[in-house]
Amino acid sequence: MFIEPLVVSALLFAIGMVGVLLRRNAIVIFMSIELMLNAVNLSFVAISKFVGVEAQIFVIFVMTVAAAEAAVGLAIIIAIFRHYGSVDVRNFRLLRW
Amino acid sequence: MVGAPVLDLLRALVQEAVTHEAAFAPFLPSWMILLPFIGFMINGTVAYLAPERRKLVTIVGPGVLGLAFVLAAINLMLMAGVQEAEPVVRTYWTWIEVGQLKVDAALQIDQLSIIMALVVTCVSFIIHIYSIGYMGEDPGYARYFAYLNLFVFFMLVLVLSANFPLMFVGWEGVGLCSYLLIGFWFTEPAKAEAGQKAFIVNRIGDFGFLMGMFALFAYLGTLDYQGVFTMAPRAFEYGGPAVTLITLFMFLGCTGKSAQIPLFVWLPDAMHGPTPVSALIHAATMVTAGVYLVARASLLFALAPLTMTVVAVIGGVTALFAGTIAVQQFDIKRVIAYSTISQLGYMFLAVGVGAYTAGIFHLATHAFFKALLFMASGAVIHTMHHALEHAGEPAGEDMSQDMRNMGGLKSYMPTTFKTAWIGALALAGVFPLAGFFSKDEIIWSVGARGQTVLWIIAIITALLTAGYITRWLVMVFHGANRAGEKARTHLHEAVALMTGALVVLAIGSVVTGWVNIPEALPLLPEFTWLHHFLHPSFAAAEHVLVEHLGEPAHASPIGGAEGMWALISTAAAIVVILLVFQALKGKKYLPVREAKEPTGLLGILYHKYYVDELYDLIIVRPFKWVCMFSWRVIDQGLIDGVAINGTAYATRFGGWVLSRFQTGYLGTYVLIIVVGILIILGVVTL
Amino acid sequence: MELSQLVFYVFAGLALTSSLFMVTRQNPVYSAMWLVLTLFSIAGMFVLLEAHFLAALQVVVYAGAILVLFLFVIMLLNLGHDFEPDLKGKFWWVFGGGLGLVLFAELFVAINDAPMSSDIDMLTPWLRERGAVAGVAEPLFQNYVVAIEVTGVLLLVAMVGAVVIAKLKAE
Repeated sequence: MFIEPLVVSALLFAIGMVGVLLRRNAIVIFMSIELMLNAVNLSFVAISKFVGVEAQIFVIFVMTVAAAEAAVGLAIIIAIFRHYGSVDVRNFRLLRW
Repeated sequence: MVGAPVLDLLRALVQEAVTHEAAFAPFLPSWMILLPFIGFMINGTVAYLAPERRKLVTIVGPGVLGLAFVLAAINLMLMAGVQEAEPVVRTYWTWIEVGQLKVDAALQIDQLSIIMALVVTCVSFIIHIYSIGYMGEDPGYARYFAYLNLFVFFMLVLVLSANFPLMFVGWEGVGLCSYLLIGFWFTEPAKAEAGQKAFIVNRIGDFGFLMGMFALFAYLGTLDYQGVFTMAPRAFEYGGPAVTLITLFMFLGCTGKSAQIPLFVWLPDAMHGPTPVSALIHAATMVTAGVYLVARASLLFALAPLTMTVVAVIGGVTALFAGTIAVQQFDIKRVIAYSTISQLGYMFLAVGVGAYTAGIFHLATHAFFKALLFMASGAVIHTMHHALEHAGEPAGEDMSQDMRNMGGLKSYMPTTFKTAWIGALALAGVFPLAGFFSKDEIIWSVGARGQTVLWIIAIITALLTAGYITRWLVMVFHGANRAGEKARTHLHEAVALMTGALVVLAIGSVVTGWVNIPEALPLLPEFTWLHHFLHPSFAAAEHVLVEHLGEPAHASPIGGAEGMWALISTAAAIVVILLVFQALKGKKYLPVREAKEPTGLLGILYHKYYVDELYDLIIVRPFKWVCMFSWRVIDQGLIDGVAINGTAYATRFGGWVLSRFQTGYLGTYVLIIVVGILIILGVVTL
Repeated sequence: MELSQLVFYVFAGLALTSSLFMVTRQNPVYSAMWLVLTLFSIAGMFVLLEAHFLAALQVVVYAGAILVLFLFVIMLLNLGHDFEPDLKGKFWWVFGGGLGLVLFAELFVAINDAPMSSDIDMLTPWLRERGAVAGVAEPLFQNYVVAIEVTGVLLLVAMVGAVVIAKLKAE
């Protein structure tokens, strides 16, 4: 049972990417990113049977970093919300020409 | 930097004055050139700072010329004393030294150059004296003498140089001075344009000279006369393409400078300048530079028989062509101008058939009697101008110079009248005046070398010459005066300075012919001094000609010896003069206000065969069109519009397009990142 | 088919459907809920792949902490009502779906390319020897101790940063 988890992981990753591309709510985009990270975790775990326990250790690190990133990212969204009154990414246009 | 050559020059000058050499030792040759230059500097400074100081200019201007003439005479006598003197080259400093090319500032004193220098300084000196009287009231007095001195300086550089580039410096310099002097009264547009025309047409010729020089250097690697003429017979094959090309190009320069077909159109317009300028530059000196070039490079020309033919044919045709035009001109100076073109044609005819001495001989005699004729015209114009002004009538050039307003001036200007007759007879070639000997020798040489057609053309032109000059005399000096009642009372003889100069030139017109009396003439002592004197200069060329073409015959194409033909030509000339005189003496010419333009055949002659109009049509107009096109379409439209502005616009547009990518919108950036990743992944996995 | 494989397929299908739902819901709260279900399914798959400790970690950290954080923020910003509709038009959904399919296709090709025999089993003996937790903890705190300490610092920094960014500015 080697390839099935990898396929699932790929699918989840693709779905997460679609979510990042197509949603306008910043929080939902964030959640899609979390989904992508989880897909990667799944693929690591899937190969750990053949590579050793190092893969699972890697997953731990990924989770940790994901947590830190979620915290900071959400703090940023809160700060932005205070400025714009919404979390629609269409409002964030200061980098525009 | 500048000081070094000047110091060298000073050192050389001092050395010159004290050294003596075994053979011919030239006496201060560089001072012949320096004196006019000093005159230019002084007069130029006066003209610039204090134009009213005429006394100084009057002394310096002609003074330096007088000294230069004395020097030239001394050197001539020194040289004449030595049998077959070798040319002496004096090098003053190295001018150009680049790669294989080495050109020095050097003067060559030999028979040909000293004769030329003598003619130039003598006639220039006389004309300077004349100019004191002629330009006495002109506000540009100092400037005039400055330019005139500069001109003589350049002319002497031209004839005394020892290599082609230095000659070209003189060549260009006289062209420049011609421009300055023709357009001397530059505030009148017609005169300024005449100066421009002269310079531009000359330039075309200069291009030819330059190409000839370049080709010469390419083949021989040197441009010094000594070097070139030593190497030429071995380096060039007789009649080969190389030497033919070189000489043809050089001849193009000659047609420009000496006003032959096709570049003669500037000379009649040059009559807009002051009359002494016309006398000096456009009769005696500058226009003869072309003849001098052919004579100097005689060896090269002798090696190219095709070019010699071209030279002779153009000379002959131009002589006839200009002679016909002179028959129907009404401006007193224009007649003489076309006569000059015609006589220059004679000189080229002579050097074109290999009669180099005859050509130079005619050059010298022509200098005297043509200058005389011009200066007589000048005296007449001066008087007419004064008279019309005092009478309150229009006194512009078209009035004071038109012969239809003159007539009967012999009673008002006796000295001018007599000297003008002498000059006219000399021009017509009547024995014993100068023109007879020189012109006769040319006609004889042409015939003796078997050129029948050219010989006939020369004879016809001689008769034409007698005709038009008689017409000129009759219209100006004989018959009834047409200047009008009021003006007539103010007519008087010219000032003493002017008439004095006229007399001197008249004497010269008589005497200069006697330096070369051929043996063939009956009753006269043989005195072929000029031939012998100039022989070393032309020995090499004549050797080549004899080698390839044989000796010239001693009979004309239709038989008869030289003596007989000399008699015939003089007699014919006298007959023509008498006929024309009788025909026109009583003719009632209408003054300008009432006269109509000639029509028909005479009209074509009057309009100079419409050559100027033709040139305008086929050369000037297309050239202007090309310029307009280059300006509007290429420069403004293509280069400015498309290349420069277009590039800027394209850059800006590209920038605008690319700026659309920066929406500032997060989603766009994510999309771009994703697409990029997909592409990379695709490349990696596939 | 074995039971474990069947259960795996059940969990996989659950994860996929719930993730699809998550991406398409308008209400962010609903999306969060679906994400929770997805995370749980993934945890289940972890167990079946013999990553027991990670499964627990997944539930506790991801579902229990991070998702809760998400929900806090959603509630804080009161995003549950009056949500604006998302991207206009079917075109973008088709385009995005297409990109997703392209990505999946590329990943699938990459997966197929990598050969690995299913005989090797490095994990099971390791865990049988040490137990589920110790099997992961031992190398973590012995070989990778520097990394774990640095991660600790990272978390501290993130915490400080989050506080600073989200703080109300003093008036």
